[in-house]
Amino acid sequence: MFALVDCNNFYASCERVFQPQLENKPVVILSNNDGCVIARSNEAKALGIPMGAPAFQYKEVFAREKITVFSSNYPLYGDMSSRVMKILESYTPNIEIYSIDEAFLLFDGFDHFDLNAQGLAMKKQVQKWTGIPVSVGIAPTKALAKIANKIAKKYAAKTGGVYLMQTEEQRIKALKWTKTKDIWGIGRRHAKRLELQGVKTAYDFSNLPDTWIRKHMSVLELRLKKDLLGIPCIELDETQPAKKSIATTRSFQSSLYTFWEVEERIATYAVSCAEKLRQQKSSCTALLVFVRSNPHKKDNQQYRNSCVVTLPYATDSSITLAKYAAFGLKNIYKDGVDYKKAGVVLMGLSPSNEKQLNLFHGDQNKHDTLMQTIDKLHLRFGPHRIKLANQDLNKTWKMRQEHLSARFTTELSEVICINPEKKQ
Amino acid sequence: MNKTTENLIFFKPAEEKTHHIPLANTGVSAGFPSPADDFKELRISIDQEVVKNEEATFYARVAGQSMQGAGLDDGDLLVIDRSKEPLDNAIAVCFIDGEFTVKRLKVEAECVYLMAENPNYSPIKVTEDNELIIWGVVTYVVKKV
Repeated sequence: MFALVDCNNFYASCERVFQPQLENKPVVILSNNDGCVIARSNEAKALGIPMGAPAFQYKEVFAREKITVFSSNYPLYGDMSSRVMKILESYTPNIEIYSIDEAFLLFDGFDHFDLNAQGLAMKKQVQKWTGIPVSVGIAPTKALAKIANKIAKKYAAKTGGVYLMQTEEQRIKALKWTKTKDIWGIGRRHAKRLELQGVKTAYDFSNLPDTWIRKHMSVLELRLKKDLLGIPCIELDETQPAKKSIATTRSFQSSLYTFWEVEERIATYAVSCAEKLRQQKSSCTALLVFVRSNPHKKDNQQYRNSCVVTLPYATDSSITLAKYAAFGLKNIYKDGVDYKKAGVVLMGLSPSNEKQLNLFHGDQNKHDTLMQTIDKLHLRFGPHRIKLANQDLNKTWKMRQEHLSARFTTELSEVICINPEKKQ
Repeated sequence: MNKTTENLIFFKPAEEKTHHIPLANTGVSAGFPSPADDFKELRISIDQEVVKNEEATFYARVAGQSMQGAGLDDGDLLVIDRSKEPLDNAIAVCFIDGEFTVKRLKVEAECVYLMAENPNYSPIKVTEDNELIIWGVVTYVVKKV
């Protein structure tokens, strides 16, 4: 049996652990740079704040509805996540950390255990030890565990936050309850197409003939169908695979109008990507640069464009990547636009020790030692100490974080303050 | 003797959570290998003593004197273990009526008291009107001497 453990409104819950007065109050968390809403408490959802709502447009709504707004505090969320995952690991050796707030657990050989009781125990322990509320869905396959989790969460009052899907009857009922677009692993495009075919629920999908799925979709969806039928086909992925692409994209704090300014940002993003790349010991063979104007200023010229640059050889050098990123920018840069966002995405990632050398470029590894030295210096003296010449030396890369909470668990100087002076 | 030597300088241990692993430097083959290499052990970390349950351990800083009698002074660092049951007589970090506080619990059949350990403070009786969260049990106090 598989269990999917999912933290309820994880970011909002993390903030509430250290600010319990926000319990039962609406809370939203903004993306990097305080751009848009990326997480909401149930109360904020009930007030109709949509996911991705631009913060500046909703400023008055936040004030009127007394919604507490937070900048994203990833040091805090990361630490709380690792605490939750560590506790879950004590229940089974087979665990797949699926995202910052979700994990699949495989309960193999637990036939004589009361899995519902196990689920309740996990939930209780995580809640008590970390303060984070979780929902648990338990079912014979991963795709069904995902659905069981939704049921556990949706009907928390009845299920106590834990739902065990055991019988055939429960499975069919759950599949009929799940809309096609909500099936785990069915993308938006496929969902639309399936709905046009009259496939309205997961139950309809599980009844499609194998040949049809194979013809119109792929083997992945076929596996998904089997999984939904209760035949385990999607395995637990216990290894954390190296990332397939690495990206740094940011909205600028204010619009930029000159090539030089945008180039500076692009170079900085490329360097940041290169650092992430070296951290996972990979090299890349292509990169994508994109720029975008401010979509909220409808009167101004709207422009967005991107460009893929294929590199002559696989590399992890900040210098080479910044150079080609700037080259890509030259291709797409247009005068007279107020640029509000840009990004660099590295693609074609492969382990650095397996990289394919180019016969005609003799000096492709020439930055290796330099990069190692820079990485070591950053490790010792803090990040962003050494920059390339086309990066702005004065610009400390600071995100806008006007609503940041303290790093309660990772900074000794920011732990909760207790005030025993409280009078009676 | 210049002026700066008048003040005593104490060096504090670094307040970071890294465990220092001594380097077994056996790369040099010219001399006699260090007889201590086989006996290298992890250096002591204060975590070994105060952190019994890493996932449930949190920290907080005390402000004020109401728990002076229990040895909790202004500026002390508290080690909180959320996995521990808040039994009668435990010192606990509580959240009551919108604020964090630290008090000794007195659990009676009908109600709970939050007891200060300073004669200037009277006990807080927790009634149904109060919103009380017992946030975690204090297990150690780290103080500067």
